Amino acid sequence: MTSVELTEVSRWYGNVVAVNDVTLTVGPGLTGLLGPNGAGKTTVLHLMAGLLAPSQGKVTVGDQSAWRNPEMYRQLGLVTERESVPGFLTAREFVLASAKLHKLPDPEAATRRALGIVEMEAAQDREISTYSKGMRQRTRVAAALVHDPKVLLLDEPFNGMDPRQRMHMMDLLHRMADEGRTILFSSHILEEVEQLSGTVQVIVSGRLAASGDYRHIRRLMTNRPHVFTISSSDDRRLATVLIGQESVSGVSMTDGSLQVHASDYGTFTRALAKLARTSDIRLTSILPADESLEKVFSYLVAT
Amino acid sequence: MNTTVMALTTRALLGRRRILLLLPMPLVLIGLTLIGVTSGSGSDGWGPLVFGGLGLAVVLPLTALIVGSSVLGLEIDDGTITHLLTKPLPRSEIVLSKLCVAWLVTTVAVGVPLAISALIAGSPALAAGLVAGALLGSLAYTALFLALSLITKRPVAVGLVYIMLWENLLVGFVDGAKVFSVQQHATTFANTIAKSPMLNDTVPVVTAMIIAAVFVAVGTVGATLRLRSFALTGEAT
Repeated sequence: MTSVELTEVSRWYGNVVAVNDVTLTVGPGLTGLLGPNGAGKTTVLHLMAGLLAPSQGKVTVGDQSAWRNPEMYRQLGLVTERESVPGFLTAREFVLASAKLHKLPDPEAATRRALGIVEMEAAQDREISTYSKGMRQRTRVAAALVHDPKVLLLDEPFNGMDPRQRMHMMDLLHRMADEGRTILFSSHILEEVEQLSGTVQVIVSGRLAASGDYRHIRRLMTNRPHVFTISSSDDRRLATVLIGQESVSGVSMTDGSLQVHASDYGTFTRALAKLARTSDIRLTSILPADESLEKVFSYLVAT
Repeated sequence: MNTTVMALTTRALLGRRRILLLLPMPLVLIGLTLIGVTSGSGSDGWGPLVFGGLGLAVVLPLTALIVGSSVLGLEIDDGTITHLLTKPLPRSEIVLSKLCVAWLVTTVAVGVPLAISALIAGSPALAAGLVAGALLGSLAYTALFLALSLITKRPVAVGLVYIMLWENLLVGFVDGAKVFSVQQHATTFANTIAKSPMLNDTVPVVTAMIIAAVFVAVGTVGATLRLRSFALTGEAT
């Protein structure tokens, strides 16, 4: 189990603070690094990948310091956002070179395996400069994977990919996470993160705004009423019952269903079923209406 | 030394159009020699100008500048350096491999046309001397320019200032400046072997060797230290 840890890390460029006193741990599994553009996601990833010195604090990858420690790269792979690949090489040559630079015992076999994982065998002998954006991205993932790293960092891996390539990449990341690897990917597109992973690290203006499962984060935001969409055998009667509750701050009827704003998540969810039964109303569906990552994110960025 | 780094560097270097910049200078050198030889006038007249003034003073430093600043500098410019940096390689290994390629390419690109010119002029001893001078000069120059490509964003500009202002201007006014001129080291070394009136060496050969060695050491160690704490700037730059 290899995890990446930032301990009270700050990084500034002259007068500009890019990362401000961030402490976080990314463990095995799939984690999304989320934040608006310019929030410092790339800086955080570069700090983790040892390509940037922390101005303050400590960055470790599985107990090893990340900065000025080339040995660390034996257990870490990085896919940068900048699409920089030597276009004069073929995918096979490029991945093979990575394998050799890692001094793997059997670079040829490792190259075949890595290209197989990203399904690039068919085009492996064409020059990279002739590839589409998605193919280049997969080639770079193969090069980052060739040494079978415990930790994989990806900066905006879905940028410029078409939906099919995106699905493929998501599958790939899931598979690798299931193998027990620590995978962190950054994104500013919420749907991507929501589909891929429940665990997020949210960076806003260089600070860690939240960390953990976003549904759990949402529940901790007690100052924001939770919204539920409820349908039942008798919506109107249920509405009158609910509005009498302390934990409910508002009820509205919208086309065939009930929108309930609950100010106290725990009390409301515990009371709802009992109330329905005593009033002899059948609940047919209860859906949290604002427990999406998008809502959580907009709350975090706004506060 | 890492053969993979060397192979990648060589392919990147020889595959780019930039390398075509190296072609005209040797052609001019050989062309001028041919004109000199066919003109019938003694080689004492045009020889120093072609071999010293053009060969070792212009072709050698400019070739070394183009090659030395490219081997690592181009990768930094286009961002592919991250592929190399995220490998468990000692930084000295990267620098030494890059330097080795730059040295060999420069030596071949300068030494071969110089040797051909000297042979056309009918002096095998001069050819041997010039190749030796190119060998030493290439190493010192490329070590210097490789380090420059890590220290400054404009290695070519800074390198040109060194070649133009220090080696070609200041040396004329301040005698001591010679000691720190790679051009003088190369010329001295070449003439120690060639013993030719075409070359005009001014620095004691031992001094030249020592200072050139210091340049190589400072360049290599400096580049390694810089690469060790090489920080990637954001995607905007």
